[in-house]
Amino acid sequence: MSTVLAPNPQADPMVPVLARITRRIEEVPDVVTFEMEAPDWNGFAPGQFNMLGVFGVGEIPISISGPASEPDRLVHTIRAVGPVSRALAGLAEGAALGLRGPFGNEWPVETARGRDVVVIAGGLGLAPVRPVLYHLLENRNDFNKVILLYGARRPEEMLFTGELSAWRARFDIEVAVTVDHAAIGWHGHVGVVTSLLRNVGFDPASTSAFVCGPEIMMRFAARALVDAGVAPGEIWMSMERNMHCAIGLCGHCQLGPVFICRDGPIFDWARLKPLMMQEEL
Amino acid sequence: MAIEGLERIVGAHALFAGFGDEFLELVSGCASNVRFRAGEYLCREGDPADQIFMVRDGHVAQEIGAPGQGRMTFLTIGPNSVIGLAWLVPPYRWTYDARAQDDVRAISLDATCLRGKCDRDPALGYEVMKRFMPAIVKRLHDTRLQLLDVYGARS
Ligand SMILES: Cc1cc2nc3c(=O)[nH]c(=O)nc-3n(C[C@H](O)[C@H](O)[C@H](O)COP(=O)(O)OP(=O)(O)OC[C@H]3O[C@@H](n4cnc5c(N)ncnc54)[C@H](O)[C@@H]3O)c2cc1C
Ligand code: FES
Repeated sequence: MSTVLAPNPQADPMVPVLARITRRIEEVPDVVTFEMEAPDWNGFAPGQFNMLGVFGVGEIPISISGPASEPDRLVHTIRAVGPVSRALAGLAEGAALGLRGPFGNEWPVETARGRDVVVIAGGLGLAPVRPVLYHLLENRNDFNKVILLYGARRPEEMLFTGELSAWRARFDIEVAVTVDHAAIGWHGHVGVVTSLLRNVGFDPASTSAFVCGPEIMMRFAARALVDAGVAPGEIWMSMERNMHCAIGLCGHCQLGPVFICRDGPIFDWARLKPLMMQEEL
Repeated sequence: MAIEGLERIVGAHALFAGFGDEFLELVSGCASNVRFRAGEYLCREGDPADQIFMVRDGHVAQEIGAPGQGRMTFLTIGPNSVIGLAWLVPPYRWTYDARAQDDVRAISLDATCLRGKCDRDPALGYEVMKRFMPAIVKRLHDTRLQLLDVYGARS
């Protein structure tokens, strides 16, 4: 069983270490992937995140998007949406940045053993679930069917297209992608990501689902999975809230009685649904 | 093809699965088999919506042109789906182009024929309506999600 790793116990979790970008990959406009090295980095569990900071600008939570089985390879994928993410995404190879972590819980891959696994990702959400996909494929015999459904706004915004093609070519994972709209010439599926669920076969009574993407997309995906017969307690999603401390002290990431940083970011739909509905009132 | 053969095919499509035999016979009277090669159009925007296509094999892209944005595909559908919900609503015109993405086999229902039968036999009309409503609601729901631009939005 993979273990949820905590920041180095000798170190103060509020004090960042100096990490360095060893490789910078432009994925699509406004999205970059960094391979990084950081002192005393001991690896992570799929689903965990780090606090990445640009000195003088700020610090934000970013999930780890590389394989957990390669603890030396620290990978993050960042979309520039505001001041801090833009400053981070603008960093060049060799640049230094602050890093605290890893924080948070992991995707419950152990409870999915022997079951069908449906991974639903939307937009940038493919990055935080990529470690779980690596895990599922590296331990393929531990799971029954493995299905990845990925939705993006346009074909040009789809992430990790090389890897998606490689996974599609495999016989032990079913991959379906869709976009909201496409220029003529796109031969793939067009429609909402939940519509892909109607075309794939899985046993809902023995399915664990891992969902990651913008909150609204995750809500619709959870409802579609429940409609398909998947138990709410078997639908897991990674939540996003603004964070400061990332260790359960400041209350910045509070959602009802839970702190996303300390109790999550991964929760099951049975627990999350009432909290989300409450927040909407 | 014999009507009995068509009845079986119409009844095997998700749209009319489990439909009563008597009604199936009436609906099948308006049906014919059609094929489209990849790239061919099933219908063009602005044309009279005088057909409903029940797709059996292959995929169909629904396309529309927007000023300044060129042409784009806003929906693709596959086997067991339906194209042509506009048959129900005057002025019965296609509001998009539908193009076969690969070779498509479908059942075409003559919309004028079906409307006539539904008008004459309200019980049939109600049953047919109940079959089309879920497809319409699903399409509405999916369109709402697309409008919400869910992949970019934070909440
Ligand atoms: C546990 C966790 C894991 C995360 N993992 C990743 C990751 O792997 N990669 C990544 O790029 N981001 C990730 N995020 C989101 C990231 O932390 C935010 O995008 C970031 O905090 C934005 O900070 P900012 O200062 O750049 O922009 P802000 O000033 O905070 O926001 C600027 C604008 O962007 C919008 N915005 C903020 N956050 C998001 C968001 N998540 N999605 C869409 N719009 C947003 C705001 O509403 C605002 O309009 C994660 C968040 C959490 C909580
Ligand atoms: S970020 Fe401080 S409590 Fe979660």
